[in-house]
Amino acid sequence: MALYSEKVMDHFRNPRNVGVLEDANGVGEVGNAKCGDIMKMYLKIEDDIVKDVKFETFGCGSAIASSSMATELIKGKPLEEAKKLTNEAVAEALDGLPAHKMHCSVLAQEAIEAAIEDYNSKK
Amino acid sequence: MIYADNAATTKMSKTAISTMVSLMEDTYGNPSSLYEFGQKAKEVLEKAREDIAGSIGATAREIIFTSGGSEADNQAIISAAKAGEKNGKKHIVSTAFEHHAVLHTLKKLEAEGFEITLLDVHSNGIVSAEEVENAIREDTALVTVMYVNNEIGTIQPIREIGAVCRKHGVLFHTDAVQAVGHISVNVVEDNIDLLSASGHKFHGPKGTGFLYARKGIRLLPLIEGGAQERGRRAGTENVPGIAAMAAALKEAVSNLDSYKAKLTPVRDKIIAGLREIAHSDLNGDEERRVPGNISFCFEGIEGESLLLLLDDKGIAASSGSACTSGSLDPSHVLLAIGRVHDVAHGSLRLSIGEDISDEEADFIVNAVKEVVEYLRGFSPVWRDLQAGKGKFIL
Repeated sequence: MALYSEKVMDHFRNPRNVGVLEDANGVGEVGNAKCGDIMKMYLKIEDDIVKDVKFETFGCGSAIASSSMATELIKGKPLEEAKKLTNEAVAEALDGLPAHKMHCSVLAQEAIEAAIEDYNSKK
Repeated sequence: MIYADNAATTKMSKTAISTMVSLMEDTYGNPSSLYEFGQKAKEVLEKAREDIAGSIGATAREIIFTSGGSEADNQAIISAAKAGEKNGKKHIVSTAFEHHAVLHTLKKLEAEGFEITLLDVHSNGIVSAEEVENAIREDTALVTVMYVNNEIGTIQPIREIGAVCRKHGVLFHTDAVQAVGHISVNVVEDNIDLLSASGHKFHGPKGTGFLYARKGIRLLPLIEGGAQERGRRAGTENVPGIAAMAAALKEAVSNLDSYKAKLTPVRDKIIAGLREIAHSDLNGDEERRVPGNISFCFEGIEGESLLLLLDDKGIAASSGSACTSGSLDPSHVLLAIGRVHDVAHGSLRLSIGEDISDEEADFIVNAVKEVVEYLRGFSPVWRDLQAGKGKFIL
């Protein structure tokens, strides 16, 4: 049995929305290098819609896959919907994560929350 | 696939496989049975004991067979500790980067009232005999220092440490799981009292191992229930496995010179190649390491994603990152040599085997370069370092 689901491996091998968003108006970074996971989310929000999103991640396969999946789940969505993204939804969309890797999906949720908070603080 | 994880386990040698299979087919008797068919198995067992003893400079009666290195470590340490306790000695000296089979056994003894001193292994991953000597006290029951570290491959000055222990009348155990069959080990010349080894690390079968205990050292059985191994380990002996382990060890030991001559330049070539990656560093002493070990840290990336992408390229390797250990902390070995968490997460261990070709070595170097560069490309840690926010450690 493989360590990760096919979905996780697909998002890990071919991460969506990876990189820096130069004109982002909400940026959030969570985690720390000491624990081995850092996620940075860049959001471009216009008219309360997540027009664009990109991420950068330092971390394991499931951390990269979780960030990638999280960006897909919120891209083009109303800000209100993006706010409500849960880690369970990220994990579920990846066809599950091993128990000891669930924190990766939590980081993805928190990175998006942090980016939205950054956007709100600048409004 | 390029298998570069020989420190995790090795492929069984053809000799070991044929030995094992033929014994399974023809010599399945119980060595404790008195009839000829059982006694034939007993002969095989005792021949294996002689061969193994001969490979490390011991005598046959000093070898007992175990299920592997972990069991041998447990038994050696517990036996020595309990013997010391009888004489009021409840102090043990070891190092911070031992295998968990040693460290966890020491933790257990600590909970029982033993005092444990774990010596620093410095940035080069080597403890000195002088430091061991300074740590020895009146009440020291045992010194246990691994022969070769399993993650960074550094070779400890075992002979000198053994001499210091003899001088002070302290028992000396070495976990030689990564040494036996890879470098020359001689229990007499190296002043070793107790030594643990594991069959599958030198092309023997999994589930086999042995413990050497110098004549006169009493071993306490961990497993009760029979008189096998002269009362020191109950249970019907794994005759085919043991004989296969002996065959593998004999073969490995007779090839030590060619093994070293073949692997050392390949190892050094890979090290030189990986050094070309900016902000990377070799873990452990460059000279005093086993021929097959290459251990690196790369700044700005995480080890598990590195391993998964190397796997995609057909390379099997390992890492000391937290994500591969299933805990939040990276490898205790890397922390013990002073690597900070941020850097220890980005580690890679390649443990190459004799069948590696020059082309494969080049392929590994190029693959690692590519993957590290790719992962750094979207690492926020790397971006910050590049932007001058925070200092490079390596």
